[in-house]
Amino acid sequence: MRRPPAFWLLAGFFALFVLFLYGPVITIVVLSFQGPSGGLTFPMQGLSLHWFGRLWEGVGVVDIWAAFGRSFRLGIVVMVLTVLVSLAAGYAFRRRFPGSGLVFYAAVASLIVPSIVVSLGIAVMFRLLDLGVASVGEWLGIEWFADSFTTTAGIYTSGLGAHLTWTLPFGLLIMFAVFNRFDGRFEEAARDLGATPWQTFRHVVLPIVAPSLIGIGLFGFTLSWDEAARSSQALGGDQNTLPLELTGLTTTVTNPEIYALGSLTTGVSFAVILSALLTIRALRNRAAALRAKE
Amino acid sequence: MSRVASSRAALWQAAPLVVLLAVFFVLPLVLVVVVSVWDYNDYAILPDVTPRNYRDVFEGCLVALPELCVTFKTYLSTLKFCLMVWLSTLLIGFTVAYFLAFHVRSLGWQVVLFLVCTIPFWTSNVIRMISWIPLLGRNGVINQWLQQAGITDAPLEWLLFSDFSVLLAFVHLYTMFMIVPIFNSMTRIDRSLLEAAYDAGASGWQTLWNVVIPLCKPGIVIGSIFVVTIVMGDFVTIGVMGGQQIASIGKIISVQMSYLQFPLAAANAVILLAVVMMIIWAMTRAVDIRREL
Repeated sequence: MRRPPAFWLLAGFFALFVLFLYGPVITIVVLSFQGPSGGLTFPMQGLSLHWFGRLWEGVGVVDIWAAFGRSFRLGIVVMVLTVLVSLAAGYAFRRRFPGSGLVFYAAVASLIVPSIVVSLGIAVMFRLLDLGVASVGEWLGIEWFADSFTTTAGIYTSGLGAHLTWTLPFGLLIMFAVFNRFDGRFEEAARDLGATPWQTFRHVVLPIVAPSLIGIGLFGFTLSWDEAARSSQALGGDQNTLPLELTGLTTTVTNPEIYALGSLTTGVSFAVILSALLTIRALRNRAAALRAKE
Repeated sequence: MSRVASSRAALWQAAPLVVLLAVFFVLPLVLVVVVSVWDYNDYAILPDVTPRNYRDVFEGCLVALPELCVTFKTYLSTLKFCLMVWLSTLLIGFTVAYFLAFHVRSLGWQVVLFLVCTIPFWTSNVIRMISWIPLLGRNGVINQWLQQAGITDAPLEWLLFSDFSVLLAFVHLYTMFMIVPIFNSMTRIDRSLLEAAYDAGASGWQTLWNVVIPLCKPGIVIGSIFVVTIVMGDFVTIGVMGGQQIASIGKIISVQMSYLQFPLAAANAVILLAVVMMIIWAMTRAVDIRREL
C-alpha cells in the first residue's frame, strides 16, 4: 500500500525529533576526543584521549572517582530494592487489601510532588532525628556522641530513601501493567496440579514476569544513577553523588574534561540499558524456544 | 486459602512499600508542614508555633501592588516557563506519538522507534543539559554557522544561559513524559472508530479533532501533570541552563536551606505544593467534565 503524504511529513518530523534528542549528546562525545589545545567547542584541534587522561587523574579539588563509585554502588542497591519491593507490592495489589487505594495514591503522589519538597522533607526529618540522637546520647552520658556524632544522614540512609521515593512508583506502575495482562489461569493450573504458593511463584509467575523485572531494574539503576534534585538537600555531609558533583562542575570546569566525564557517564548508562535489553531478549527467546519444544 | 488469610498475605507483601513510602515520603511531607509554622534563629529550629515564615514569604507583597514582589515575580516566571514547556512538549509529544501509533504499522518497528525515544530518558539529565553548551554557546556551532552564512554579524547572546536555553532543555528532557502516556492512550483506540469516521465522510483533521484527541485526553492529562509538576519544582535545569541567573521557587527553597532557614524553606514548599495541587486539580477536572458531557 502506498504511504499517504501525511506519513512522510510526520516521518520527517520524527526524524528531526530524534536528531534533537541525540544530536547534542553526540556532539559532546565527539568533543571529548578534542586535542590537548582544543576548547569547549568546534573546531576540533586534533584527536586525542588527552581529556580522558586528565579525567583519570581527577578533576580539580573534587574526588570524582569516589563520587563515581558511590553513585554506582548506590545505584545497584536502589536497583535491587526497587525490583524486590515492587514485585512484592505488585503481587499484593492483585488482591484487595485494606488501604490499597491509599497506598496507590501515596505512590503516585511520590512521583508528582516536586522533588525539592521531598528533598527538604527528608533533610528536615534527619535534622530532627540528629537532634534527638544527640540529646539521647548526651542524656546517657556516652562521650562519643558529644565528640564525634555529626549526622545520621548519608548515602545509605537519607540518600537511599530519597532515591526510593522516586524509583518505587515507577516500579509499581510497571508491575501494574504486567499483572493487568497476566493470565491467572497459569496459576490456577499450577494450583490444580498441587503446587504450593511458593512453587507457583517460583516456577510459573517468576519466569513469565522476569523480563519486566529486568525493566524495573533498569529504571531503578538509571533513575538513581542520574538523580540530582531529590538527593540535593538530603545527603548531608560532603558525600555527594556523581550527578550532584556534575551539577557543581558545570559552573567551574571550562575545558573538555567535563565532556569526557559526560561521555563516560553516558557510556555507563548505555552499557546498562544495552545489557538490560539484551537480557530481556534472551529471556523472551528462551521462553519461545521452550514453547516450541512442547 | 481463605479470604482473610489471602488479604493478610497481601498486607505482608505490600508492607515494604508501605513502610518505605511512609518513612521517606509521607512523614517528611508532614514534617515540612509542621516545621513551616515553627520559629528559627541563626543556628537552630525552635518548636514554637508562629505565622512568621508565611508572613516573610509574602512580605510587602500586598503593599507593593500593582508592583510585583519577589515571591509573586518568581511564581509568575515559573508559571510562564510551565505554560511554554507544556505547550511545546504537548505539541511535539502528541505529533511523535501520533506518528508512532498510527503511521508505523509493524509492531517491531513501533517497539524500536519507541525505544529510540525513551533511551535518552535513561541517561543523565545533567549531561544532557551540558551537551547544549557546544551548540548554543557564543562560539558554538549555531553561532558559527549563522555568522558564516552571513545571517548575523555578531554571536547571538540569547541562545545560552537564557530563558530560551532553559525552555529548550526542558523540552529536550521531558517530552518523553508526554509521548509515553499519549502513545499508550492512542494504542487503545479502536481502529474501527477511525474507519467509521472516514466512512461517515470526516476529513483527516475532523477525525483527529473529534475522535483521536478526545480519546487521548487521559494520556494528555497524565503527561501534562508530569511536565507541569516537574517544571514547577525545578531548580537544577533552570540553574544550569539559566547560568544560575534565573529565579525559580525550587531555587529559593534550596538557597534558604543552604542558609539553614528550614522553617522558611518549608513555608515556601507548602505554598509550592498548594499551587501544584491546584493545577493538578484543575487539569483532572478538565477530563472528568468531558466524560460527563
